[in-house]
Amino acid sequence: MLRFLTGRLLRAALTIAMVVTFAFIVLRLSGDPAQIIMGADAPPEAVEAFRAAWGLDAPLWQQYLRYFGAILNGDLGRSMRDGRDAITLVAERIPATLALTIPALVIKLSIGIPAGILAALHRNSLLDRLVMALAVAGFTVPSFVLGLLLVLVFAVQLGWLPSGGQESWRHAILPIITMGVGGAAVLARFTRSAMLEVLGQSYIRTASAKGVPWRDVVWGHALPNAAIPTVTIVGFMVGSLIAGAVVVESVFSWPGVGRLLVVAVANRDLAVVQCILLLVAGTMVASNLVVDLLYGVLDPRLRAGKMGAQ
Amino acid sequence: MADVSPITPPAFTEAPKRQRSRLPLPIAFALGWLGLMLAVAVLADLVSPYAYTALDLRNRLSPPIGLGGTWLHPLGTDELGRDVLSRLISSIRTSLLIAFGATLIGAVVGTSLGLLAAQFRGLVEQAVMALVDFSASLPFLILALAVLAFFGNSLVLFICLLGLHAWERYARIARGLAISANAQGYAAAVRQLGASAWRVQGRHVLPNIASTLIVSMTLAFPEIILLESGLSFLGLGVQPPATSLGSMVGYGREYLTRAPWILLSPAAIIVTTTFAVSLLGDWLRDRLDPTLS
Repeated sequence: MLRFLTGRLLRAALTIAMVVTFAFIVLRLSGDPAQIIMGADAPPEAVEAFRAAWGLDAPLWQQYLRYFGAILNGDLGRSMRDGRDAITLVAERIPATLALTIPALVIKLSIGIPAGILAALHRNSLLDRLVMALAVAGFTVPSFVLGLLLVLVFAVQLGWLPSGGQESWRHAILPIITMGVGGAAVLARFTRSAMLEVLGQSYIRTASAKGVPWRDVVWGHALPNAAIPTVTIVGFMVGSLIAGAVVVESVFSWPGVGRLLVVAVANRDLAVVQCILLLVAGTMVASNLVVDLLYGVLDPRLRAGKMGAQ
Repeated sequence: MADVSPITPPAFTEAPKRQRSRLPLPIAFALGWLGLMLAVAVLADLVSPYAYTALDLRNRLSPPIGLGGTWLHPLGTDELGRDVLSRLISSIRTSLLIAFGATLIGAVVGTSLGLLAAQFRGLVEQAVMALVDFSASLPFLILALAVLAFFGNSLVLFICLLGLHAWERYARIARGLAISANAQGYAAAVRQLGASAWRVQGRHVLPNIASTLIVSMTLAFPEIILLESGLSFLGLGVQPPATSLGSMVGYGREYLTRAPWILLSPAAIIVTTTFAVSLLGDWLRDRLDPTLS
């Protein structure tokens, strides 16, 4: 178990290191940041001074080492626009993003998983068809279209809810629904196919043939086995919470990390983009790590056996 | 019963076959819709009533037919008096071009890397799999945003960038399938006959694993349409004066209360197209993928 854990941790660290390197390479490939920030017609002395101030005049490998060292020290640079620490700027926005993404996650889990299980247990029934039709509709409608349709109906036509901003809890309702619906659809579809696969296994038939009541077969044999692939996709959803917030926050002018990212990309505020990149990679890696540990809890076979062979 | 001939008449064996080969209604719809979209994209200049940038200042924000509009502008106009139908046609062309280009790039890059990994194993495989892990560790939207922030935007870069979407999926599938195909008799046989690695992979292994890859392409295609329209919606994808389905929606958002038709028609096209491709993909997967029962 300890060896498994260290292996996983090493891989997580390697991934983060790759993301940092990626950010650095892309950053330096993209042209001279000094020129970009100062504008094409800035006086050369000002550009030189800017380079010296940000350490852009050192050889590339030195810049890379310094960059890596700074990140290890938790220094992610300052926003090239307003001079504040990028990490503070991002950290300020995190609560607003969590205020949307956590309720949305609850919606996804509490609708998606039961719907998928029910659909699988009543395969080809009316309920199954309904769930699947809704699921397909849920993930073919992109979140910005769904969000705008909700605004059109509930804010413009009916006037029940505000269309954007962050003044009260009522402003959060439409964005949370927008985020929750798509994820619930994906989860329902996934849970259904995981369940169907398990229900087709011979151990289910054996358990039924032995006379185990169907309810116990489902709870004792089917659900624990279907949980394993479902945990993977839930882990992926947790890891990509911030990415999912990018579009929805923009639709509803919600001042979270996603909105910050879009503005930073449009302004080419590279320190902030980098910081969010690392934050996203960090959440993704952390949630993958938790998922891997959960596998061990859920499936005793994996604790001893090989993890790579899937 | 006794005097019924033991040889079944041919009519009886053929009937169910013909029935099975008939297209289910949703698939016929999906194919028809995609055919229509393709035709519109190819014939854009011929079917478009106006140039997509042409202004008609006397008919600004005029509503579509059914909401008080005229046949002059069947789907209405935007606030500069540009014809929504013409812009829609141009957008369909741009969005489909990007989606096709990007899907092809992703499939070619991913499959080649996967086959390379399967052919050479060892260090090459390790490197490819490390890249796969890296790709899987970041949501693609974030990666794309970072690249756009760093490099700015151009249509070619944008297509290549979207082409990287899902490459790791093809790589993983191609590698797994090719490894098992390599272990089968036919690959060993052509190798014994002296065929080069290139020939074994390209002429023998690839055709045998193609159906699964084609299914992944139909699954990646709508995702790319959604990604493109999402990024263009945010103003970070296709740049004006070019227009795509997503940028039309993003632009129409500002007129949501006064002229919702500007965004409703491209939104409907996005939803219908992704829906049609998903239907087709699911159906193809059921028919082609031998691993599903």
